[in-house]
Parts: sequence; C-alpha cells; structure tokens
Amino acid sequence: MNAEDQSAEMAVQVTDLTVAYHERPVLWDVDLDVPAGNLLAIMGPNGAGKTTLVKAILGLVPPAAGRVLIHGKPYAKQRSLVGYVPQRGSVDWDFPTTVRDVVLMGRYGALGWVRRPGRREHEQADAALEKVGMADFAVRQISQLSGGQQQRVFLARALVQDARVYFMDEPFQGVDARTERAIVDLLKDLRAQGRTVIVVHHDLQTVTDYFDWVTLLNVRRIASGPVADTFTSENLRLAFGGRVEFLHRKTPVEPSAPGTDGPVSFPGRIQP
Amino acid sequence: MNLLADLVGDYTLRTVALGSAALGLVSGALGAFAVLRRQSLLGDAVSHAALPGVVLAFMITGAKTPLVLVLGAALAGWAAALGVMLVVRTTRLKTDTALGLVLSTFFGLGLLLLSLVQRTGGASQAGLDRFLFGQAAALVGDDLATMAVLGALVLTVLTLMWKEFKLLAFDPDFAGVVGLPVRRIDILLTTLLVVAIVIGLQTVGVVLMSAMIVAPAAAARQWTDRLGRLVVLAGVFGAVSGLVGAVLSSSIPRLPTGPTIILVATALTVFSLLFAPRRGVVAERVRRVRQRRRLRADTVLADLYRLASQHAVPEDAPHDVRVLKTMSAGAGVRRCLEYLAGQDLVVSDPDGRWRLTTAGVDRGRELISGGGIS
Repeated sequence: MNAEDQSAEMAVQVTDLTVAYHERPVLWDVDLDVPAGNLLAIMGPNGAGKTTLVKAILGLVPPAAGRVLIHGKPYAKQRSLVGYVPQRGSVDWDFPTTVRDVVLMGRYGALGWVRRPGRREHEQADAALEKVGMADFAVRQISQLSGGQQQRVFLARALVQDARVYFMDEPFQGVDARTERAIVDLLKDLRAQGRTVIVVHHDLQTVTDYFDWVTLLNVRRIASGPVADTFTSENLRLAFGGRVEFLHRKTPVEPSAPGTDGPVSFPGRIQP
Repeated sequence: MNLLADLVGDYTLRTVALGSAALGLVSGALGAFAVLRRQSLLGDAVSHAALPGVVLAFMITGAKTPLVLVLGAALAGWAAALGVMLVVRTTRLKTDTALGLVLSTFFGLGLLLLSLVQRTGGASQAGLDRFLFGQAAALVGDDLATMAVLGALVLTVLTLMWKEFKLLAFDPDFAGVVGLPVRRIDILLTTLLVVAIVIGLQTVGVVLMSAMIVAPAAAARQWTDRLGRLVVLAGVFGAVSGLVGAVLSSSIPRLPTGPTIILVATALTVFSLLFAPRRGVVAERVRRVRQRRRLRADTVLADLYRLASQHAVPEDAPHDVRVLKTMSAGAGVRRCLEYLAGQDLVVSDPDGRWRLTTAGVDRGRELISGGGIS
C-alpha cells in the first residue's frame, strides 16, 4: 500500500461526537472509525442513539460537539460521496408520485439547481430499479407498494446516488425473508465494489452472517471492531444490559433458502 | 349569453372575475405544497398575521396604493411564518401551538391597530376593514396589475424550483443529504406561500383566505396521484372557485365576494371527497361492497367444490341450495350462486340444483389449495 491508500483507508472517522436534546445527552463522546470496504452494523437497545448517530454524521441533527471525516475530509466537502437510506416510515408513502420519481431524487444533488432529470438520469433510475428487482414497478404510484417494495425503492434511490459510503437506517425493518435476502446480496455487492455500508441493525442473530464490523452503542460507544472480536457476550451485556444471555445463544441461521414451500420458521427473528 | 357579454364588456365585473381567478390559481397551486407538507394551518396563520401589516403600511405611508398595502401584508405574513419556524426550532413548543400563538398575537395586534385607525378618522373610508372579509367589488385595474405581476412571479419560481420543492415536500432529510440547502429552500417556498396569500387578501379577506390554500388542494388530491397534475389541478380549481364566486356575488345583490368564493371552493372539495373515482368515499364504499360480495361468493364456490370433489366427475355433481345453506355461507347463498353464474363458474340444472362448470372446478381447486380466498 502506498501513502495515498493509507490516507484514504478510513471511510468514516467520527471524533468526540456528542448530541443532546435539551440537556439530555443522546450520544456522548462517540468515536468511530470505519475502514473502507466494510459492512458495518450499528447495534444497541432502543434509545441507544443509533439513528441519531447516523443523522448527526449526515448533519441532519446538530451535534453539540464532534467532528466527522468522510474519506479523510470534512463531511461538508464530501457530501457527494455519501448515500442515505432513511427509515422507511420517515416519509409519507401516500405522497403523489411514482416509484421512478422517487429513485430519480437520488440524482437531484448531482443535477444542480433548476435542471430537471433527463434521459441519462432515467436510465440510471431504471437500472437501479432493475437491480433491486423493481423494474416492473417504475410507473407505479408509491402508495401501492408493500413494505418490502418501499424498502427496495429507497435502496434503488441510494444506488443512483453512486456513493462510496452508504448509511442505511434499519433497512431490514418489517421486510419479508425474500427481500431481506435480496438486500443482503445488494450490501455484499456494494462491498465487492469497494464501497462502505453502515447499517443501523436490530437483529442480533444475523450480525455474524451479514456484517464484517460491528459497533455496539448505548449513548456511549461500547465497542467497535471486527465482528469476530467485538460481538462478544461481554460486550453485548455492556450494551444491552443483563437480559442478553439467552439471546446470544448461537442459532443456526440460514435464512430463507429461496423457493421453499410450506411454513417457514424464522429463528433469527425472535426477539424479546 | 348575457353573463358572458357582461364578463367581456363590463369593466368592473371583468376586473373582479379576473382578479378572483388569478388569486385562486396562485393560492391553489401553492396550497398543494402546503397541504402535502401538512402546513395547511400555516396559511391560516400567515393570512391572519397579514392584517397588522396592512394597517401599519397605511399608518406609515398614509397611502392606499395596492402595492404598499400588499407589501405591508407580505412583510407581516412573512415575519409570522418565520416566527413560527423560529419558535418551533428554539423552544419545546410544537408546531400547532406555535401557529396558534403567532396567529392570535398578530391578528389581535391587527384588530387593535385597525380600530385605532378608524377612531382617528379617515378611517373606514380608508377601506382597510375590507381586508377582514374581502371585497372584490373594490378591485380596480391597479390591483389587478399587482396581482398579475406577483402571481406570475410566484408561479415562475415554483416552476424553476420544482424538483427542489418536490424533494423538500417528500423527504427533507434526504434533500439535506444530497446537498440541498434545505432551510433556505423551505424559507423560499414559505415566502411564495406568503405572496400567494397576500395577493388574495383584498378579495377574500384575512379570515377566509386560508380556505383558498387548503380547499382547492384537498379537492385536487382526490383526482390524481401525480404531483404535477395535482398542482395544476389545484390551481384550476382555485381559479374556477374565484371566477364563479366573483360572478355569483356580482350578479346577486348583497352577496359578499369572499365568502361566496370560499363556498364555491368548499363545494368543489366536498364533491371531490365524495365522488372522485378512486379516492372518493362513494367509490371506496362500492369497492368494499363488491369485495365483500366476491368473498362471500368464493366461500360458496369453495363449499360447492368440496362437495363436488367427492364425486368422480366434479363437473357433473349438482347440489341443492339447501345443502349449501347448511355450510359456511349461511343466508344469501342463492344470491351468491347467481353472482357466480354470471361469471360462468356455476350453472343451475333444470331441477334447480347447482353444479360447477369446468372453470368453476378450476377456481374451486385454486381456492382450496391455498391460493387463498383472495
């Protein structure tokens, strides 16, 4: 590796990030280094500040203190490198627009003022829809989509951003097993292209299968590093409190061999 | 037609009608965004808040020039809108509380100033009180010119900034991530809304103007699922309301313009809520009744299939209605069978018993084998 690679090695560097809503700290002095080309899960109990961490990194929530570097430079200068998949429930799906229109929004930043998306943007949008298996839905009104389809549309919108670092807030929330599988494949695809994906994740059982790195968060950063070293019952206890013991029981998870008929059980989905 | 001749020939009526249509067009188009962003009440706050601006503008300049009064209204309305944003951002108050607070403060101040001006004389002659409930008959060429210029300006900016406004309305967080200056775009869109409101104040009045923001947009939402069509349609509904309301109030003596325009707009809205093809109440009711009938018919078909499948040739296994009545569907079996017969799924034998057609057998198998009663 030459010197240039060294400096670009970290996709995200967060230093001393603190966020408070009226006196109450939601994130306290969080440091986070994410090496490029990894899939990272941010995990923690409800109210741990997972979403806030992502939003603070993206400048959507004003931090009380802290610094964020994306590929070595301040976030404000690197916006074009960053893609975002917000929580599905954060928008009104009855909004009068079509699937393709939503995906096109991923190009709005690059288009610049006043300019409308043209043929090139439409081709990019359709290619992204193809990739998430939604090509047939391009002109569909978005209120007609199922939860899993909404999630795929949001992913397609992020894909057309063509970012180097992606932030995704609970992309597996409320999707069926098939969509979950498709999303995981997509994440691995992105990693294979050398991109970095940071995912707010809920399901303890799938972490080892889906991700390389994990950050355990509970207002403070509890631990962060490669899954093998970091995803230990000791760290889980620190992040989640005492109840985690039985959750960590290793379950043989091989989610959803596609096409299996009959009742499917989801051992990985059972959570207290 | 007499009315048409009047519209073209009668200067006053033409001015009033054109002015009302213009205000409806602009407020309808901008209202579409306000409604989609759940900011309908912001329009209410802005229009009420414009009153002290109008009176102050008159007190300071002593002039009744439309441009001066509109400018005063716009400044006050704008201050109120930004005030709401500021209160929400810096205090723990929620938007509805902030709106209520700002609205009543500004409106109270406006009423106070108004009575002050009226007491010191020169007063109601100044015609300021027409801003309360609106008075279209007082519109003159000057007003019309002001409205046209401001309205054209608003619609031009709306067209140019279309994609930014669209993203702001749908997903402001994402807009921030792709690098749009969200707060500035928000302020710009709010400013357009303020302008759209103030150009209508003289005609409709501060009390009712917010209805011109909400009603055409709510009506238009019923008829389309595309943002572009929604905004155009809301503008058209607004313009039609203005035109019809103005003509009605000028042809019927003592009918006030503002309230008439509003009533026309709300009538359009009520009609749309009830009778729009897909989102309308009636259409939805019809859909539900149809679905229930299909579900019940499917139950009967499934029953008949269960009986028939025990025979060697299921198509040739007629059963009596009374048998089916004892099964899941209960009452109304005969109606269900007639409905199914209409779709060639069952036929009745001369002796009054019913059997499945080939299509019926296929459908029955589908239903039973977990294709689900869909």
